[in-house]
Amino acid sequence: MPLVLTEEQSMLRDSARGLISDKAPVSHLRHLRDSKDETGFSRDLWKAFAEMGFSGLLVPENFGGSGLGCVEAGVVMEEIGRTLMPSPFLSTAVLAASALSRGGSDAQKSAHLPKIADGSLLAALAIDEGAKHRPLQINLQAVRSGNGFKLNGAKSLVVDGHTADLLIVAARTGGAAGERDGLTLFLVDPKAKGIAIERTVMVDAHNAARIEFSNVEVNADQVLGEVDQGGALLEGVLNIGRGAVASEMVGLSEEVFGRTVTYLKERKQFGKLIGEFQALQHRASQLYIDIEITRAAVLKALQALDGDFEHAGAAVAVAKARAGTTATLAVQEGVQMHGGMGMTDQFDIGFFMKRARVCQELFGDSNHHADQLARMKGY
Amino acid sequence: MSDLETFRRETRAWLEANCPPEMRRPMTSESDTYWGGRNAKFSSEPQRVWFERMRDRGWTVPDWPKEYGGGGLEPAEHKVLREEMAAMGARSPLSSFGIWMLGPALLKYGTEAQKKEHLPKIAAGLIRWCQGYSEPNAGSDLASLQTRAESDGDDYIINGQKIWTSYANYADWIFCLVRTDPTAKKHDGISFILFDMASKGVSTKPILLISGYSPFCETFFDNVRVPKSHVVGQVNRGWDVAKYLLQHERAMISGTGERGIGRPLGQVAADSVGSDDFGRLDDAILRGQIAAFDIDEAAFAAVAERAVDLAKAGQSHPAFSSAMKYYGTELNKRRHEILMSAGGIDALEWESERSRGGARPRAWLRTKANSIEGGTSEVMLGIVAKRILDLPGA
Repeated sequence: MPLVLTEEQSMLRDSARGLISDKAPVSHLRHLRDSKDETGFSRDLWKAFAEMGFSGLLVPENFGGSGLGCVEAGVVMEEIGRTLMPSPFLSTAVLAASALSRGGSDAQKSAHLPKIADGSLLAALAIDEGAKHRPLQINLQAVRSGNGFKLNGAKSLVVDGHTADLLIVAARTGGAAGERDGLTLFLVDPKAKGIAIERTVMVDAHNAARIEFSNVEVNADQVLGEVDQGGALLEGVLNIGRGAVASEMVGLSEEVFGRTVTYLKERKQFGKLIGEFQALQHRASQLYIDIEITRAAVLKALQALDGDFEHAGAAVAVAKARAGTTATLAVQEGVQMHGGMGMTDQFDIGFFMKRARVCQELFGDSNHHADQLARMKGY
Repeated sequence: MSDLETFRRETRAWLEANCPPEMRRPMTSESDTYWGGRNAKFSSEPQRVWFERMRDRGWTVPDWPKEYGGGGLEPAEHKVLREEMAAMGARSPLSSFGIWMLGPALLKYGTEAQKKEHLPKIAAGLIRWCQGYSEPNAGSDLASLQTRAESDGDDYIINGQKIWTSYANYADWIFCLVRTDPTAKKHDGISFILFDMASKGVSTKPILLISGYSPFCETFFDNVRVPKSHVVGQVNRGWDVAKYLLQHERAMISGTGERGIGRPLGQVAADSVGSDDFGRLDDAILRGQIAAFDIDEAAFAAVAERAVDLAKAGQSHPAFSSAMKYYGTELNKRRHEILMSAGGIDALEWESERSRGGARPRAWLRTKANSIEGGTSEVMLGIVAKRILDLPGA
């Protein structure tokens, strides 16, 4: 398959860009932050997203979605990255929709997927427990009790956790921390007894939550996939999330870079445009090349997820690791080349730096994925 | 089944039947590369067989038109052939500056007579070409070149000196940049001309490099007589041809290295460094460096694939080959730094049986030229700044 967008994918990009740049420029995020908005995103905009079919992008057609793939989800994520639009797209339309459609029973799919597609259900995936993304270290306990399980433990960095109508919780039903066997995913009502949700607004003014589970009772029919065998399902869903966040970082990097190059052509010092200085030209060229290479690696991973899902792991690790280092470089150069202006809150570039830092950590940073790749390659 | 799938199936079957097993192993020495030419010798029988079979199909130059000795493949078919050859580790049957550099320039700028004269001989490996570009005082600033061609009836008389002429001492013909108008601005007085290295007045002198090899020469022209009909493109417009050819040269150099072939670099490193109880390379920092390299290498393979697809879709930027050249050569230097670090003391042996005559350190030293030849990394970054980013004063 050619490593370029198809005509349909380009049209999707154009319509996403049109909506997002019109309704949710960076000032939208700034307003939500400054007004301490309780939701953290615009429900009206999410409705508009649903009407455009974006919320149901990954939902199969027979459940009311458009049944598209990871490349298309990446196209939308990239546009989100350009303006840093906060939205439940990642948590609900990408992660939850993938988890449900890949692991759900017919009853679970029928109950939730149509509502995700029409925008009426928000969901969140609860994975991380420690400071770093280590999915095999999951230690939130799910112990059999009566006809179901009792959950005890805590999750952090649950994206959109405080607004979710449905939680998808990764827990340990067997095995020990570090093992892949013994992981199970549960569909949990966030209003269930024993759940305490604390919204933790992050450095990037995007949503996340810490969630504590204290003897939370769930029924057996709330298991997503199979008991003790959730590791593979989780890894697959995480890979889709990684591809999506990598796409967001490509959009973010390209936007920061574009703004920076524009600045190099406007700002004068020593009687010259600063873009005339070779020291800056060469760094700008290197960053451009880095972004182009990362874009190709990310598209390769998204195509692999849509084509040969079971064997996409290495391509995804490459994409997420590259996107992380590229975005980090892009925002650092962005702030540095904007000089003092780049340090001011009034200027948008800092928003990109903050979001890039969060995207690095989401679902494993560059170091994590380099380590994963080394393991896959046997060294 | 689509036409392309049929083509893939048939190609795979033909390659399986015709590529000798010896030609599917990674190359280990210079003699594994067949360059063709008047004085060419095959280093083995399988090398000869493989070359002749591919030549007879036009697959030494799969995408050239059949009338010039090529295979006449469409870009998509050519990609399939490359993929299938890579999948079985098949070596290139013929390496040649004629294929990589001159051919594309002739196809675009050559007269019909020039194409008919030269392209089939390149395809059949009959003539080995070298490139007369750099001069002692014209390196990165190539357009300041001084080798002059003075008009004498139907001929030019060429005088001057080239340097870094790859394999000039083995080459049969040269494609050469000469100054035909010394009064014009530096880019406007240059012509692109072809002549026989056996012409009277041509001499070469190999240059010993830090690797201990002499792949480059100094090349001297002392009143060399060349017919004016050997100019490619317009007289004094040779810079256009030169730049076009450089794009192909840069694309070629960016592909330097043995990407994705054979065992993973980390496993090669483990042979000498060793592994810990968990099977991880027993040097945590080197392991991280290799993993970072593997990520960048895989990403670079993706952008190389995408560059071809973008070109097919008519969406590529003509200066992107400079970006590829920059990154590919820096990547190859990194690979060899890692190999040297992984090899440790063993990689220091220069003259010994088990080091195959110091193959690893010599290859390491050779790669240092990658980011100099064909335009330095700094020149490439300058081109990207000017032509792609449109930065002021670049």
